[in-house]
Amino acid sequence: MLHFPQWKLILVFGVVLAGLIFSLPNVFPRATMESMPGWLPHKQVNLGLDLQGGAHLLYQLDEDEMIEDWLGKLRDDVRETLRKDRTPYTDLTQNLAGRSVSVKIREAADFEKAYEDLRKLSVPVSNTFGLTGAQTLEVSRSGDNGVTLKATDAGLTQRMDSAIQASIETIRRRVDAFGTTEPSIQRQGRNRVLVQVPGISDVERLKRLIGETGKLEFRMVDAGANVQQVVESKQVPVDDELLYSKDDPPQPYVIKKQVLVSGENLVDAQPGFDQRTNEPIVTFRFDATGAKRFARATQENVGLPFAIILDGKVVSAPVIREPILGGSGQISGNFTVTEASDLAVTLRSGALPAKLTVIEERTVGASLGADSIASGKQATLLGMLLVVIFMFVAYGLFGLFANIALLINIAIIFGVLSLIGSTLTLPGIAGIVLTIGIAVDANVLINERIREEIHSGKSPVAAVEAGYSRALTTIVDSNMTTLISTLVLFWLGSGAVRGFAVTLTIGILASMFTAVTVTRLMVSTWLRWARPATIPI
Amino acid sequence: MFTGIHFIPQDTKIGFVRLRTITWIISALLTVVPLLLVWKVGLNFGIDFQGGTLIEIQTKESVADLGDIRAKVHGLNFGEVQIQEFGAPNAVLIRIAAQPTEKEQQESIAKVKQVLGDQVDYRRIEVVGPTISSELIAGGTVAVVVAMIGILIYIWFRFEWQFAVAAIASLVHDVTGTIGLYSLLQLEFNLSSIAAILTIIGYSLNDKVVIFDRIRENLRKYRKMPLTELLDLSVNETLSRTVLTHVTTFLAMMPFVLVGGEAIFGFALAMCFGIVIGAYSSIYVAAPLQLILGVKRDGGMAAAPAKTTKAGARARA
Repeated sequence: MLHFPQWKLILVFGVVLAGLIFSLPNVFPRATMESMPGWLPHKQVNLGLDLQGGAHLLYQLDEDEMIEDWLGKLRDDVRETLRKDRTPYTDLTQNLAGRSVSVKIREAADFEKAYEDLRKLSVPVSNTFGLTGAQTLEVSRSGDNGVTLKATDAGLTQRMDSAIQASIETIRRRVDAFGTTEPSIQRQGRNRVLVQVPGISDVERLKRLIGETGKLEFRMVDAGANVQQVVESKQVPVDDELLYSKDDPPQPYVIKKQVLVSGENLVDAQPGFDQRTNEPIVTFRFDATGAKRFARATQENVGLPFAIILDGKVVSAPVIREPILGGSGQISGNFTVTEASDLAVTLRSGALPAKLTVIEERTVGASLGADSIASGKQATLLGMLLVVIFMFVAYGLFGLFANIALLINIAIIFGVLSLIGSTLTLPGIAGIVLTIGIAVDANVLINERIREEIHSGKSPVAAVEAGYSRALTTIVDSNMTTLISTLVLFWLGSGAVRGFAVTLTIGILASMFTAVTVTRLMVSTWLRWARPATIPI
Repeated sequence: MFTGIHFIPQDTKIGFVRLRTITWIISALLTVVPLLLVWKVGLNFGIDFQGGTLIEIQTKESVADLGDIRAKVHGLNFGEVQIQEFGAPNAVLIRIAAQPTEKEQQESIAKVKQVLGDQVDYRRIEVVGPTISSELIAGGTVAVVVAMIGILIYIWFRFEWQFAVAAIASLVHDVTGTIGLYSLLQLEFNLSSIAAILTIIGYSLNDKVVIFDRIRENLRKYRKMPLTELLDLSVNETLSRTVLTHVTTFLAMMPFVLVGGEAIFGFALAMCFGIVIGAYSSIYVAAPLQLILGVKRDGGMAAAPAKTTKAGARARA
């Protein structure tokens, strides 16, 4: 009991010292830390969104829209394939619920060749580890001379993976335009993206910016159609579509379905001002393909109006005065300066693969965060003070040992939090406080045991020894049950609640070290040095 | 030298288990009354589980005009809307019931901001759509059940099944009691309430384990002692520890109720309550239940028919 092997001493001192050093940066303000020598650790604990303020937005990708988009493309591919073969076909349909496209081949003689060619539309699914053996489509014969191409689960998963990946990149480019520090954009589950932006004040603008799909299209206005008549009769010409402008009230337009150029061909977009009217505008530039298409389209349609359409809404519909050959142009649409700059960001960052909907939002203002830190700090200090006084009153010198161990425990928690880059939340602070209770509980167990052993007539050294060794199994057993529930909490929890589980877990593990080993070292040193005839407990 | 005050004397001989008829009734009431409360009064579910929008604002004036805010927000026709003072006279909490679609749910914020203008400080905005709220309900339930099963297995593994059953029974007692508190005070029941319940489960068990540990030790030590007496002895021997440890944890947590701020008030209050009810159930539920369940030991002194069990084998070893 009294003897500590040297390696153990070094280990104990090492851990305590490391805990103190790594927690040190949190004591000083950031400015002071920066002036410290470079070899000292500088990492401070990250504060959660609930403490520093910021936005937590959980987006869900519209799976149906993504599938519909895919089926539409698949239908085009089927049409293309059969046309290339010059195979007559009929009943080319897509079915969203069945996630499939089906077609009938007219002549039985063409069937086998067509079927084989359509089968080639299915490609193997691969992931980061290589081919998975699965195919994107399940191609089967149906009815007389019918072929059904059904999306497989593996194919859909692959689509979803790449759509989420693309969304994350697009969102990142858009959030970066805000210039905030350390935004975090992560995938969650199958079809979700979690966006966390600390310290942002204008959340509505952030949501507007992320929420725009950003699908830009240049299409001709059907000058031959009578808009009024189309709106009233609701009979839209076959090749046209009825779209509305983003104005209030919205203006109807009859727009041709054919897309001249789309946002995919955009290489740059910048906010600016119209030189004549001084109105905010967005200037853009096409890549080579886009520029060529735009030039041809404008050459063919001088004097006719075309429409710039963003996410299905007409932004503006100017008349082509002269062919635009340089591959660049401008969009004007009664923008405010912010709107123009946001539109430029949206266009530059590219379109989202499908619509993203906010399904959870938690925003904390900076003032509430600061208040939470202040009250959390106050409550923790008060709680600690009460516990420290109580422990001393209850156990005297042994209480003092426990209190020193408690302070080391808290230093280790902060040290580990800083080291692993974990986030401290308000419930996390409560977790630290609960740790205080649990840590001193270990010492209560030990000290009570020592009292009992003395009561049964043991010598000081024997009593202390029995106290520690008998209490140890109880401490481990009782902490295990708490650990089980914190692990469940970590597994289930999100955001702030998870912060609670993290600090509590670190705290419990650290407490088994500080409350048992560290106090034992203190007690045995004291025993050897003072050689007391009785234990003051 | 100062040796500390012995708050609880060494040799208490309180007949905790002897008085079990009375305490059974109290424990049964503590379990059933909360259930009745939840059934009759219900829980004040927060937006985490119900879906909806929550907006916390602070007005520039020192006292918020609740009537004015109420009139403005009610004018937006969101269905059920709650508006209440929140911690300070100029802090107001607006809760809007779940809207039919995620889109309308989102738009509710913009609409509120429009009518209240930018003369107020929007301190906190939370929107939970229907998808998430149903997931959170499922997740919360699963978590509590999984934690209980995990603990059951652990105790079963470390002790005997009788201890595991007694532990779970007293946990059910603690959990229903805590949920009853939420219902009685109409505290908002949200994700952090689940965290509080899980923590109470873990913490309260911590205490049962200590007493079980002592019961097991005494079962080996005093082979001839009647079980009632042995249980009372075990509880008395650990009494000082039980009281001191709950007092320290309570002292550490209490400041969060008093000065921790509104954001953590409910959580901290539930924790404090859980600490107290946990101490009660350790002494009056977990220990006496051993009598009914008939914990076994060598020598056939148990209430149940004697049979060599794992505990017996271990004790002999």
